[in-house]
Amino acid sequence: MSGHSTYVPKSDAGKWLEERLPIISLMHSAAVSMPNPRNLNYWWVFGGIAMFMLIVQIVTGIILAMHYTPHADMAFNSVEHIMRDVNWGWLLRYTHANGASMFFVAVYIHILRGMYYGSYKAPREVLWLLGMLIYLLMMATGFMGYVLPWGQMSFWGATVITNFFEVVPFIGDDIRTLLWGGFAVDNPTLNRFFSLHYLLPFVILGVVVLHIWALHVPGSNNPLGIEPKTKQDTMSFHPYFTMKDLYAIVLFAIILFYFVFFNPNFMGHPDNYIPANSLVTPAHIVPEWYYLPFYAIVRAIPDKALGVAGMFGAILIMFVVPWLDTSKVRSAKFRPAYRIFFWIFVVNGLLLGYLGQVNTTDDFLGIHGVTNLIISRIGTIYYFGFFVVILPVLGLIEKTKPLPNSISEAVLGVEGAAEEAAELAAAEAKA
Amino acid sequence: MADASDLKEPGRRDFLYIATGAFGALGVGVAVWPLIDQMNPDASVKALASIEVDISSVGEGESLTVNWRGKPVFIRHRTAEEIQASVDTPLSELKDPQTDAERAEKPEWLIMVGVCTHLGCIPLGEAGEYNGWFCPCHNSAYDTAGRIRKGPAPTNMEIPEYEFLSDTKIKIG
Amino acid sequence: MNNLKQNITSIVQKTAIALLVVTSVSGSALAAGGSIEGAPEPAHIDWSWAGVFGTFDRAQLQRGYQVYKEVCANCHAMDLVKFRNLSEPGGPEFSEAAVKALAAEYEIEDGPDAEGEMFMRPREPKDAMPAPFDNNNAAAASNGGALPPDLSLIAKARGHFSFKDMFMGRDGLTGGSNYIYNLLMGYEEDVPEYILAHDEHTNKLGKEADPDFTEEHFELGDSSFNNFYEGYKIAMSQPLDDDSVEYTDGTAATLAQQAEDVSSFLIWAAEPKMEIRKSIGIKVLLYLIILAGLMYAVKRRIWENVRH
Repeated sequence: MSGHSTYVPKSDAGKWLEERLPIISLMHSAAVSMPNPRNLNYWWVFGGIAMFMLIVQIVTGIILAMHYTPHADMAFNSVEHIMRDVNWGWLLRYTHANGASMFFVAVYIHILRGMYYGSYKAPREVLWLLGMLIYLLMMATGFMGYVLPWGQMSFWGATVITNFFEVVPFIGDDIRTLLWGGFAVDNPTLNRFFSLHYLLPFVILGVVVLHIWALHVPGSNNPLGIEPKTKQDTMSFHPYFTMKDLYAIVLFAIILFYFVFFNPNFMGHPDNYIPANSLVTPAHIVPEWYYLPFYAIVRAIPDKALGVAGMFGAILIMFVVPWLDTSKVRSAKFRPAYRIFFWIFVVNGLLLGYLGQVNTTDDFLGIHGVTNLIISRIGTIYYFGFFVVILPVLGLIEKTKPLPNSISEAVLGVEGAAEEAAELAAAEAKA
Repeated sequence: MADASDLKEPGRRDFLYIATGAFGALGVGVAVWPLIDQMNPDASVKALASIEVDISSVGEGESLTVNWRGKPVFIRHRTAEEIQASVDTPLSELKDPQTDAERAEKPEWLIMVGVCTHLGCIPLGEAGEYNGWFCPCHNSAYDTAGRIRKGPAPTNMEIPEYEFLSDTKIKIG
Repeated sequence: MNNLKQNITSIVQKTAIALLVVTSVSGSALAAGGSIEGAPEPAHIDWSWAGVFGTFDRAQLQRGYQVYKEVCANCHAMDLVKFRNLSEPGGPEFSEAAVKALAAEYEIEDGPDAEGEMFMRPREPKDAMPAPFDNNNAAAASNGGALPPDLSLIAKARGHFSFKDMFMGRDGLTGGSNYIYNLLMGYEEDVPEYILAHDEHTNKLGKEADPDFTEEHFELGDSSFNNFYEGYKIAMSQPLDDDSVEYTDGTAATLAQQAEDVSSFLIWAAEPKMEIRKSIGIKVLLYLIILAGLMYAVKRRIWENVRH
């Protein structure tokens, strides 16, 4: 991608191809010779895991589409046909359904890792923007995918989300009708959602390529948040990081397949096993878990239009994080105050997730007089406060810890690094 | 790391890599099977794989066409002349030699998949040079036992698996 | 190496904390659903199929089918289940001949024939279970306006999972079978004392009367009282009692026995691939755990000379 490649074609055929289309050296530089900071910890494996999950979703999804019927009268039964009659259909569908959840798990951890270690800061802003674009596309894809089984939650989830668009001034009604292709969520809606649900993952794949490209220009950030200076600070991607990532992917697959085989409906909603009925609304409409924090925000804001704006704002504000954070220091390792606010942010996110699926009028955890609504509002304020107040202000006032000189010094100590440098130099001279 | 020197021994190192690679490849191989097998006929399709047909209403010289696995099956109640014509044909004249007894379990009932073995068209009955079946697509002519006699088709028309449940009922498939 | 260990420990710690927060929060949420004082506790049956290695009891599924066929099927359809499923592995596993005979007890419209007429023929294994009513409107009209739901997926549609079940290694499906079991067992002829006491109690405290517990609410009318139905008023009158069916295998047909049998049967109807799912699952997880061990060794071997 940006010329790290040490690839030299050996065969004539390889040379022939290299002169015409240097695709092998491109891939070689992306996945083999790319220098990576030597000190990456296990939080760095979730990018590879997310990539693995995307592939799992695309493969199982293409197969499910071979058996699924996107028609309001037949969609529900065609999903059950997959579950009951198609060879391995149950396995493919459960993998796809739980895979979506696990994809989001991986991506959420990946995003939070970026926030903890300041991976979005210069010169990696475009990398972050592309990542956020992937996340946004995933949300849209996941939502439309959840509509396809055409159960009660599918139908009413689609109704609630599409009704959000009504708040757009002047043309809200028209947008909603346009999305529906009718006067309510119905067969035309299902058809277009199916079409887009099939399309978007390939768009995501394209943006992932850009995301990786944008990663290769500045290289990976690392737990120390300082740039590698010498060869000593980095190691080649293969075999060091390929094998580490593969190991992590296997561990992650254990969790995924625990759910697929032993609790496949754990992350779904029972009501989605009831066929869609446009005349009966379920008692509680709950979105998939990965939207719950945002659902809590929309419910925390009393005004409909502001609520919807808040929900979309909560996602969009993530795009501008690189410009909200004023700190010169990347890693939270050297930002003691930020570290605390960051973990509160994580807990707050989990809390909002919980609040997104309970009755707003009920007492919070049974505490008398404190409703879930009040806590949701506090959570919402912290969510936005973290971005618009804490990030900019903290960067200006926080007293950060001193940064080490180099990655290898931090890893090996000053003497150890000098020793290793001498060894390397000697080995090179010998060669 | 006490036995670090031991671990560095090349033979054991290679063994670990090869074993892991092989074990991983095995898993990938097994995992691919469901992805392919899902394209095979599913349980609802297989449930329709055999049909029962009542042939009591098919008089001599009459035919019945039924749909079996998405293809037409000809059930022909052959006349004595038709049977005779088939039996009298010497095997040496046949492109795909089969006796009449091999074609029909009970001589008066010829049951076969009505698809021309050339390119899959459906032949017309009681037609052609041999008064059997004639495929209009590329002029393949079959005799009264559905055996190929003339034209580009390579083999006789296929005889499906069938059994007589009673004198008037057959099970195909 | 030390650094790595520290990293892993800190990751494990942090993940554990995060998980604890999520589970404790959700756990208390479930508990907060709350029941009224004096209300009977719903039973949790120790289902034979619930564990990681659990399989269905064939005889129980066959009995459950009998209960469904002789009682439930009078009002409830089961569109997604075909007769052929009854002989498939992992289910009641009736013989193919038995299934053919069971199917042939019912007719289905087929056609058109050569004359263009529709005709009735006996059902075959490929056909679905017969529906008691021609359509939903007819079903609702015959049942005082309440539509008896299709039972194909009822066990999954009513099955709320619990974290406790998950940590006990139990199948998430137990939520559904426990619900059905308790519903069938939960009928009372009269509104029980605890409901009326609760009503008085809330009045005495001077709280606003809970609209669910006002007196007129419990004028049952055509409905029945059920301890475990949301709102307690259920349109379905008590469907099962002792000896509602006579089991062919000689099992005593107590109410509890029938309720347990039909609940298991409905779990199978909703999730016919449960047995193969679990048996393959064990192999897949074992494979992945071994592969993870090997990958860990490979990763360590590659990194062993690198301090990081």
